[in-house]
Amino acid sequence: MPTPAEFYQRDRDWHPPANTPVYKTSVTRSPQYALLSLQQSVSEITGPTFGHNDIDPMDRDLIHNYAKDGSSAIGERIILHGRVLDENARPIPNTLVEIWQANAGGRYRHKKDTYLAPIDPNFGGCGRTLTDENGYYFFRTVKPGAYPWRNYVNSWRPAHIHMSIFGTAFCQRLITQCYFEGDPLIEKCPIVNTIPGLPAQAQLVAALDMNASVPLDSIAYKFDVVLRGRRATLFENRL
Amino acid sequence: MVQKLDYLKETPSQTAGPYVHIGLAPGAAGFDIYRQELGWDIAGPNARGERIRVEGIVIDATGSPIKDVMLEAWQANSEGVYAHPESPGEVEEGFRGWGRVITDFETGEWGFDTVKPGPVPARAEMGRSVRPAAEEELVDTYGRGHAGLRQMAPHINLWIVARGINIGLNTRIYFDDEAEANAKDPVINLIEWERRRRTLIAKRTMRDGMPVYRFDIKLQGEDETVFFDI
Ligand SMILES: [Fe+2]
Repeated sequence: MPTPAEFYQRDRDWHPPANTPVYKTSVTRSPQYALLSLQQSVSEITGPTFGHNDIDPMDRDLIHNYAKDGSSAIGERIILHGRVLDENARPIPNTLVEIWQANAGGRYRHKKDTYLAPIDPNFGGCGRTLTDENGYYFFRTVKPGAYPWRNYVNSWRPAHIHMSIFGTAFCQRLITQCYFEGDPLIEKCPIVNTIPGLPAQAQLVAALDMNASVPLDSIAYKFDVVLRGRRATLFENRL
Repeated sequence: MVQKLDYLKETPSQTAGPYVHIGLAPGAAGFDIYRQELGWDIAGPNARGERIRVEGIVIDATGSPIKDVMLEAWQANSEGVYAHPESPGEVEEGFRGWGRVITDFETGEWGFDTVKPGPVPARAEMGRSVRPAAEEELVDTYGRGHAGLRQMAPHINLWIVARGINIGLNTRIYFDDEAEANAKDPVINLIEWERRRRTLIAKRTMRDGMPVYRFDIKLQGEDETVFFDI
């Protein structure tokens, strides 16, 4: 077995800082002391693994995974697909990707969501899959609607899909949100604007992908995810 | 002029939001969709070692419990082995060492059942800038520091997300009945302020014959929990 190598340091200037007054809820939920930088040990370079026994193939089809037999979710049918890579551009195979989203009207199936848009009886709003051996994943779903939220009185979230990704190590654990090309609400969104730079924000916008669209069926959006990369073991920095 | 480095940038984090349960614990959101939800059973039926429960709340800057948090735990088994190919050793059949819990919508309490982890190997040079040459040969074949030389005290790694948390917070749960191991732990000893070290130590009590550890997490303010940039 080769010497386990550590992961690249996280670029904290690329991610949103903890305290972002534009997103009001963050103010009382953000640590004020500096994070303690930790050189990685076996506790950080390992992480949970998942297999095909854990999930079902149907879990990645949100149009049907909560629909009654013969029915399907209402809304613009889309394919969300892409690859999970590391910072060295190497694919991450067999990693768990989980998503959740509002329905086409912008309403979540959640007992705490009271927005007046209706629940779709045939739409649950969550899905999960494992990347294949090339790091590739896809979901079938409907495009979520924009919805209002209490930040400013008139704040609206752009259409978005929440995404959770594991990688191979606990230090790669990531939750993010995927937005859609062309949505005018993106630049107005306080949560998007917690991210300091436009190039980093752009990384969260899925591109319309006509090549992957299925004619007369679904429009496709491509969303690649990048998790932290790993040092080469060439120059020894022993764990 | 300079050549361009061709590394990709990590995807930026975004808050998990208030409806994280839909994706990661749909039963709690109020509906049943998957054959099985993941992360409810950390240790599995065959795990050796002491069965324990860990409980707590997550508190914001105003001193109020936060009621929409999701926490994930990652731990070694009772022999200090992680269920991962890069952790030397074997784990029991069914031991995953990973769990996922949410806070109660009314009280903010969270809790999970598991087994108490064993000590795990530390980095060879953790907590020191230079490793004495004399200890060089004590590094094991995995390059990770000789187990007899340097270990980390038993701990559970924790990752915390919620509405209002822009990027997941990493911390560690240590155990107050491991005072001797904690005193030598290279990570605890990295914390300059002894007063802050206490924020990582869970307190043990017994309930119905089972050890219960209390671990409250303070996101901000007095006695703010130590969070790590790992
Ligand atoms: Fe959302």
